[in-house]
Amino acid sequence: MLKPEFIYVTYIETTPEKLWHALTDGDFTERYWFGARLRSDWKVGSSFEMVRSDGTVSDAGKVVEVDPPRRLAYTFVNLSDKYKNEFPALATFVLEPYGKLVKLTLTHEGFAEDSKFYTGISKGWPAILSSLKSLLETGQPLEIPYAALKFEK
Amino acid sequence: MSKPEFVYTTYIETTPEKLWHALTDGDYTERYWFGHRVVSDWKVGSPYRFTHPSRPSPAGKVLISDPPRKLAYTWEACTEELRLERTSRVTFDIEPRGKVVKLTVTHDNLDEGGKTLRGISEGWPMVLASLKSFLETGRPLPAEIKDAA
Amino acid sequence: MDDVFKALADASRRSLLDRLHARNGQTLNELCDGLAMTRQAVTKHLAILEAANLVTTFRHGREKLHYLNPVPIHQIGERWIKKFERGKLTALGELKRQLEKRDE
Repeated sequence: MLKPEFIYVTYIETTPEKLWHALTDGDFTERYWFGARLRSDWKVGSSFEMVRSDGTVSDAGKVVEVDPPRRLAYTFVNLSDKYKNEFPALATFVLEPYGKLVKLTLTHEGFAEDSKFYTGISKGWPAILSSLKSLLETGQPLEIPYAALKFEK
Repeated sequence: MSKPEFVYTTYIETTPEKLWHALTDGDYTERYWFGHRVVSDWKVGSPYRFTHPSRPSPAGKVLISDPPRKLAYTWEACTEELRLERTSRVTFDIEPRGKVVKLTVTHDNLDEGGKTLRGISEGWPMVLASLKSFLETGRPLPAEIKDAA
Repeated sequence: MDDVFKALADASRRSLLDRLHARNGQTLNELCDGLAMTRQAVTKHLAILEAANLVTTFRHGREKLHYLNPVPIHQIGERWIKKFERGKLTALGELKRQLEKRDE
């Protein structure tokens, strides 16, 4: 049995190209993804890493689908002891033009029923994607205190 | 089987007071809620009503009014067809988080697989994205939607 | 489908899967530790498991971490699996659908 998929939809006043860039460029992600730089050559089958500001790698992943600027999908695992035993789940970003906006749908699926990481990502994604929206619309990301996400032990 | 609910969390650079105001003042809702104006005295037990020049709008009763932290109201159906489903409930939780506000919208007491659930699952992300843009940029999202609310 | 059955038909490979089930995300060294198999044999078995999509790997610096990649991932992933894998995937999905229909 699996946990239900985590789905997050938002609408951003931007272009699909700009949004794609923001999702895949480490300089960009660093500004809204709690300091994480996403690092990959974004080819199908390639690895990708989330690199903390101190240079250590927090998550390791694999690129599954790349169809710029429409669909991006990757699996990844968190390398901390707390989440190390979990199955890799699949995150898919769908970017659809919607008039002057882009509708972004993030689906994160494949978590086992007893997954603890599921709780973590359920709290993390709204914060990350809210900050991404602010960055693209106002030029500034949000300052969300990491502690405010209150990850359980 | 537990009853389905729709929960959506977003973070907005604003204050709890401004957010409360945006949710409860018709001059504001008209701008970001795609033309729907809300009217109420926002006392517990009082009615509230959205109005729109050309589209059906939700209405209901205020259940919780704790400015600027928590607002909850019933969500009565806009159309005859939707009235066959149970009256659902919407709760807004407003929590300051440093310089931003965390808004959690919980829409529950819904019929499983019902049209209301489907409709609001599409509607809320759009309305809340527009609310966020409105509070952060001063402009709502430029969008034409087929049916909001 | 054949890959999966062939992969599971070997006791050594099943024991590797058991190890990952007990603790996911192991390196090759960790998996070899305490096993009666040679490193070469383990590498060969892991390659077969990976080809059958029962195991997936992630690069972590210079190491490769091995993870169990359960069937449900395939089920949900039908829309994203690359073209050349679509045949294998549909067969698995179709088999599952037929089995479910029979149970109804």
